[in-house]
Amino acid sequence: MENKTGNSKVYKIISLVVLVILALLFLFPLYWIVTGAFKPAVDIYAQKPVWWPSEWVMTNFGNLMNKRSAPMWELHIPFSRFFSATGESIAITTGPTVPAVFRWLLNTIFMAVAAMLLTCLTATMAGYALAKKRFRGRSILFGLIICAMALPKQVVLIPLLKEMSAIGLYNTIWAIIFPTVGWPFGVFLMKQFSEGIPGEILEAARIDGAGEWNTFATIVFPMVKPGVGALAIFTFINSWNDYFMQLVMVSSNVNYTIPLGIATLQAETSVDMGMLMAGAALASVPIIIVFLLFQKYFTQGITMGAVKG
Amino acid sequence: MSKEVSQKRSHALQRREDIAGYSFMLPSLIFFVGFVVIPMVICIWLSLTDSNMHTQGGGNFIGLKNFIDLVKDEVFLDALWNTFVIVFVSVPTVTAFSLWVSSAIYKLKMPVLSAFRCIFYLPVVTGSVAVTVVWKWIFDNYTGILNSVLKTTGAIDANINWLGDEKYALWCIILILFTTSVGQPIVLYVSALGNVDASLVEAAQVDGATDLQAFWKIKWPQIMPTTLYILVITTINSFQCFALIQLLTQGGSGTQTVMYYIYYTAFKLTEQSGHFGYANAMGVVLAIFIGILSAVQMRLAKEK
Amino acid sequence: MKKFLALLLIGAMTLSTVACGGSDAPAAEETQQETTEAAPAEPAAEEEAPAAAEEAAPAGGDAASSITLWTYPIGKWGDEATVKGLTDTFTAKTGITVNVEFLAYADGDDKVNTAITAGQAPDLIMEGPERLVANWGANGYMVDLSDMLDDTDKSEIQAAPLAACTAPGGEVYEYPLVMTAHCMAVNLNAFKEAGADQYLDLENHTWTTENFIKAVEALYAHYGDTVAAVYCAGQGGDQGTRALVNNLYGGSYTDAAHTAYTWNSPENVKALEQLKSMDGIAFDASLAGGDEIAKFYQGVLKMAFCWNIAQQLDPNAAGTGAGLTITGDEIAFMSFPSETGESKLQGGIWGFGIFDNGDAARIEASKQFIKYMADSEATKDAVIAANYFAVRSSAEGTDLSTIWADNDIMNEYQVLMPQLGDYYQVTPGWAGQRTAWWAMLQKIGSGTDVTEALTQYEGEANAAAAE
Repeated sequence: MENKTGNSKVYKIISLVVLVILALLFLFPLYWIVTGAFKPAVDIYAQKPVWWPSEWVMTNFGNLMNKRSAPMWELHIPFSRFFSATGESIAITTGPTVPAVFRWLLNTIFMAVAAMLLTCLTATMAGYALAKKRFRGRSILFGLIICAMALPKQVVLIPLLKEMSAIGLYNTIWAIIFPTVGWPFGVFLMKQFSEGIPGEILEAARIDGAGEWNTFATIVFPMVKPGVGALAIFTFINSWNDYFMQLVMVSSNVNYTIPLGIATLQAETSVDMGMLMAGAALASVPIIIVFLLFQKYFTQGITMGAVKG
Repeated sequence: MSKEVSQKRSHALQRREDIAGYSFMLPSLIFFVGFVVIPMVICIWLSLTDSNMHTQGGGNFIGLKNFIDLVKDEVFLDALWNTFVIVFVSVPTVTAFSLWVSSAIYKLKMPVLSAFRCIFYLPVVTGSVAVTVVWKWIFDNYTGILNSVLKTTGAIDANINWLGDEKYALWCIILILFTTSVGQPIVLYVSALGNVDASLVEAAQVDGATDLQAFWKIKWPQIMPTTLYILVITTINSFQCFALIQLLTQGGSGTQTVMYYIYYTAFKLTEQSGHFGYANAMGVVLAIFIGILSAVQMRLAKEK
Repeated sequence: MKKFLALLLIGAMTLSTVACGGSDAPAAEETQQETTEAAPAEPAAEEEAPAAAEEAAPAGGDAASSITLWTYPIGKWGDEATVKGLTDTFTAKTGITVNVEFLAYADGDDKVNTAITAGQAPDLIMEGPERLVANWGANGYMVDLSDMLDDTDKSEIQAAPLAACTAPGGEVYEYPLVMTAHCMAVNLNAFKEAGADQYLDLENHTWTTENFIKAVEALYAHYGDTVAAVYCAGQGGDQGTRALVNNLYGGSYTDAAHTAYTWNSPENVKALEQLKSMDGIAFDASLAGGDEIAKFYQGVLKMAFCWNIAQQLDPNAAGTGAGLTITGDEIAFMSFPSETGESKLQGGIWGFGIFDNGDAARIEASKQFIKYMADSEATKDAVIAANYFAVRSSAEGTDLSTIWADNDIMNEYQVLMPQLGDYYQVTPGWAGQRTAWWAMLQKIGSGTDVTEALTQYEGEANAAAAE
């Protein structure tokens, strides 16, 4: 017994040391982004990597800001070209001209939030129906969803592009949002959660005369909220990182997202690492701050959901 | 008579279930059918044609020719192989690593635990493009910090061309993917382990079970649903490595994957006749493999 | 969980405020409301446009009030402020607004092809004949501009670039603006330090293959590391590796008629084997042309194969002084080494093309833009922005031959222009062979036998050419 505890103590210490080293390695890219963003050109181009900026400068951010500009905000009305007089998609542009990175950031936030809200709403409803409603065609539908949920979007690249162009959404942010909402992982997840709702409660509500929608809003939704939280975070992050759709569906600078913007800068001047790091910092710091502020929800939301399964 | 009534009632009941079910499904179905099913059907159709960028129509029906060509296309076979290397290496390692980290940290005090959790989660929220760009600099052949550190410590004599050498490039990509994939699983496992019924573990320990036995017999079955969820999301994640390939190697240095090769065939090889049909055929092949993979995962999950 | 709901609510509010911020916009004063393609200035003209398109209005008909231009980074044509200055004067003169998008060489082609697939190609594109004529022109996406060239224009524009901009059938798919010769560069300070500067003929900016080999040996002996890279991470900057390989022993890239690729010749085999065997030269699959320039500018590499006058004037586009690296080392531009010292340089020609979007009004507006930029008193500024030489002697009475007269570097660079070789970039299958070329270099770099690799990939390139 004595020996065993001793062993496990040694094991604990070793594993803690390993963990700390790993944690430092995981922190390193972020450290490199942040310090890189403030390094002067001499450090950036130094032949031996410079660990700490010899001088903290804002020139990289300045270069980034001066690189491209765009109007602060523009909203495309989806499908508007079918009823607009000119046959062109209607877009509302507003605000002063700002460095394009801010516009890209706004676009990205709008995209990720819209995709998150739409996905949570549609997937919760569908997941509930799949779990609790014995409608015909249900198992076929569920099978389809299972098979499709891990599909990378590259598979339908060409048809999706042509479809978006046909319905006038190409080169708008909606062309990225809608397929994200359509991807059925959320439905699968919410079905798993909804399975846990006791049938008796639903039955009782029905006997009390509650309508379908009412039951869903007042009984089902509160019960699956942890799942909605998990899904919201998953969708938000996935949508933020869905570089591929952003690359293919959007062609003008004003509709870029921040990941796409940075990737484009890197393609153009793969060389100005300082500017790229400034861009990477701008792209990641806001979402990291959100994460740190709401850390509890990020971790809590996912937890409760997943254990039920 | 009463049988007829009950049959009628069950018909009515079924109808009600149908209506309710499909009403709840409707919003989701619009998006699912519109942006997944329909494109997938078109994709299957186009894969049987010689459609290309220049003929804006559907192209000519050529049967299974694209698929026959694919089997002979070495680049595609390499790409398929690499894709599965990425998935089959990263899914188990991510799962095992996150399980190990979580079991090591979940009993720690709150601020320490939460610090670890945050740190491992950071690459996820940093965003794949930002992470890729910084790793490109870290891996740089001439002035990258990795080579510099390894050389200073004497681990290597000459610079290693991490992203330009077939021996390393794919593994570098898997490593980056790994750092951006373990965040969520760790968070999930920490809470799942925290929720394991402690009295059961104690009881087992009183009975003389070692830590390892207690883990496998008590904890592992209880965190199984979490493991399943992690397997699914990690698989999905592993197929999302497009940005890494496009920004780091453009499919060179032995890192071609099906996902990138589809894009490449569609929009770079525009002079190859029937390149859209060909790209779609790759999509179909990939979809079949992934469909099977998902179905197997589900089947395994059901058995557990 | 209430808090979580609150979080969702915050999300929803962000969404709606942002969205409302948009829809409330018309009320705000400094707001402009516009459709994606049409500018607010002349809604009337814009409404006429589709009608005009249907009737295929004759040239000189109504011009659209707004057009889009996609440009590759051609000198300062990749710089937003410079291009805005140019387009603003055009807008002031004609009332046509120009929406500019900036493409990168790494993925610009993919973007254009994506847009073509989506049926939303830009109106105007600025690049070279290998894309505008041999690729998009040959596939019927471009507008024939031959009606824009009268006899005066034809006498003013040099014959070679105009020929390159003309398709075999006589259609002119690109209106040329500027040209240059691509060359290579050496870090003079490093060469001096290694005692390798004796191998350079700095007056004529030429050197022989023998001297090149000696120079690399001297540099390697001094620095003990890679001094030059045969970069092959992608197609970016591949004109440099092509010229290097072809010139070393007098090989060629295509046949004289521009119908097939001739990579697998004894001269090219010898050149690649020579390069492969040299200690100071690495086949580097982690670098593309742009990265190589950066490494050269940084002082890591002592030679750059991806160079031209625009780079010489502003190395790495970093704005740290003409002809200098970041550390202030002197850069000398050089012709590619060849056995005789006399090499065949790769030409670069840049100009404008118009995508046929089936809208006569927009084509007309685009033609006005081309006329303004490439054949008017404004051409001088357009050429200076590109940092290259004008393809024509004068434009509408403005003399263009003297615009660089007071620029010493430009004058010195003139010594290379007579070495301009055949403009073979219009060979069919051009885009396809480019991917074969860098894939082949990677294979050779990773140890595949040179002849074997050349055979395989020349086959692929010729298959692309045959289609």
